[in-house]
Amino acid sequence: MDRSKKRGRFGIHGGQYIPETLMNAVIELEKAYDHYKNDPEFNRELSTLFNEYAGRPSRLYFAKRMTEDLGGAKIYLKREDFNHTGAHKINNVLGQALLAKKMGKTRLIAETGAGQHGVATATAAALMDMECVVFMGEEDTKRQALNVYRMKLLGSEVVPVKTGTATLKDAVSEAMREWTSRIADTHYCLGSVMGPHPFPTIVRDFQAVISKEIRTQIMEKEGRLPDAVIACVGGGSNAIGSFYHFIEDEGVALIGCEAAGRGIDTFETAATINTGRLGIFHGMKSYFCQDEYGQIAPVYSISAGLDYPGVGPEHANLHDTGRAEYVPVTDEEAVEAFEYLAKTEGIIPAIESAHAIAHAMKLAPGLDRNKIIVITVSGRGDKDCAAIARYRGEEIYE
Amino acid sequence: MSRIGEVFKNTKAFIPFITCGDPDLATTKKCVLEMAENGADIIELGIPFSDPTAEGPVIQEANLRALSGGVTTDKIFDLVRDIRKETDIPLVFMTYANVVFSYGTEKFLSICKDIGVDGLILPDLPFEEKEEFYIPCKKLNIDLISLIAPTSEGRIADIAREAEGFLYIVSSLGVTGMRSNISTDLDAMVKLVRKNTDIPCAIGFGISNPQQASKMAQISDGAIIGSAIVKIIAEHGTASPKYVGEFVKSIKEAL
Repeated sequence: MDRSKKRGRFGIHGGQYIPETLMNAVIELEKAYDHYKNDPEFNRELSTLFNEYAGRPSRLYFAKRMTEDLGGAKIYLKREDFNHTGAHKINNVLGQALLAKKMGKTRLIAETGAGQHGVATATAAALMDMECVVFMGEEDTKRQALNVYRMKLLGSEVVPVKTGTATLKDAVSEAMREWTSRIADTHYCLGSVMGPHPFPTIVRDFQAVISKEIRTQIMEKEGRLPDAVIACVGGGSNAIGSFYHFIEDEGVALIGCEAAGRGIDTFETAATINTGRLGIFHGMKSYFCQDEYGQIAPVYSISAGLDYPGVGPEHANLHDTGRAEYVPVTDEEAVEAFEYLAKTEGIIPAIESAHAIAHAMKLAPGLDRNKIIVITVSGRGDKDCAAIARYRGEEIYE
Repeated sequence: MSRIGEVFKNTKAFIPFITCGDPDLATTKKCVLEMAENGADIIELGIPFSDPTAEGPVIQEANLRALSGGVTTDKIFDLVRDIRKETDIPLVFMTYANVVFSYGTEKFLSICKDIGVDGLILPDLPFEEKEEFYIPCKKLNIDLISLIAPTSEGRIADIAREAEGFLYIVSSLGVTGMRSNISTDLDAMVKLVRKNTDIPCAIGFGISNPQQASKMAQISDGAIIGSAIVKIIAEHGTASPKYVGEFVKSIKEAL
């Protein structure tokens, strides 16, 4: 074994902090990925799935009314909400499911918070005739009951996780435990750019289709690159996908929007980069919300998809190097943006994506009219309507 | 040879595990002393972690009970200082990488040295990531104990060559917890280890009774038991030391 080259590091972040039992599984995955990522047949199949099944490329939409209303920079929306299953999650899942299939795996397991990644994984499993088990915090199964039904409808088993805080981080822990007990036929289809190497790289590569398309589309529409790309960050997969092909372009500001919950000066927050510190958890070194003894903190956000105490290692490094900026957005700001986009553009964004919209609403008015901002709308907001109604005091249930 | 290595010279070792602070630190201390008195050879002290990803339900729940009782790493250091007044049995901390890293690895280890902790087990620290903990451990003569799993094919020689103290052989796939049947070919694993190192090896995960422990100790140099003990503590709470002592005695006699 070669320890001289640090595997899967982004600056000081990343690595493979997992039980010995899983090491050969991640090594096997890395080898398979290194082979298939350059395999023309694999790439042809994936691109067919992206285009014919998921509906790519997703639109880059000029938000004319929002631009006029805010009175500053030109705003484009990258419409990942148009994808099959309603969010960016399908990009990663189709890639990993295809890879798992090539590796001879017959069973997918996954964690899910809001249920988007779980639904996407269940979808890919149905499409590719694979068995599927999704781990979901018991709290989240209640908050997102409709998604639980969707996964079952798609033929998956949903396991409610009762341990710890019964949310996303516990679902990740339980999926890891399950993988430790059954490796030979099972691929862990991790949903974000986190966990042990090679997951942060694999997931980023499959999501990088977002920034690849933005580049082409903005060149077609404007003949130049944008001045800023804005996306929400939980684990950070839609954000890294939106940033990736712009990292080398210093002129493009990269802005990640973290869920501040009730505010970064409260304990009810999930803004990891703004409030966390360096740690080792879920297979990676990165920033985590934790107490002085390294116990992982319970986090809070109105958005189940951003309700995670860590952040992907590549984001941690983009923060360290200053290449990307990470800003906190509160529940209240996100809900206002959710309502604003619905009324202004007729687009109901996922509450996760509304965090990115909210920051753009602060940023755009202060920028010159010839500046261009791209916001990634990572998913559609139908799933959130009941919860937002309740936040506003209307007792609606799905 | 370290104090841990010495243990295996004359005996098949029995290594019980306990989660510190479950249900409280006073009970942990009494249990540790009972274990030492009833034949334990090395004791694994678990420092609880909020999200113990290598543990089954029994130890997960013990971790949460301990943390909700207000246990911290510093309070566990005090517990060890207290225990050390009454026994010199080799002690090993078992916890997760973040508990050590977040405390400050060098600070954590130098306190371990001061209070007489002989070794450290971090189940989420594989061979590839070992260095940043191994180097400061080595400096202070604290054994960083390596694990080998049934899935370690092709890795055993490398891990064994660098092992210190004893090698922790994980008996089965999955997380910690009691199993009625252990199906891994442990004989073959141990033989492969022996080819590469003289370091003793002890088998853990899934062992819960004297018969299993005896069988594991025949294959290897010792047996590690965690969940079965933690379960006794969950059942009897502050009254558990007596039962833990009896259990330890029954295992040691079977080895």
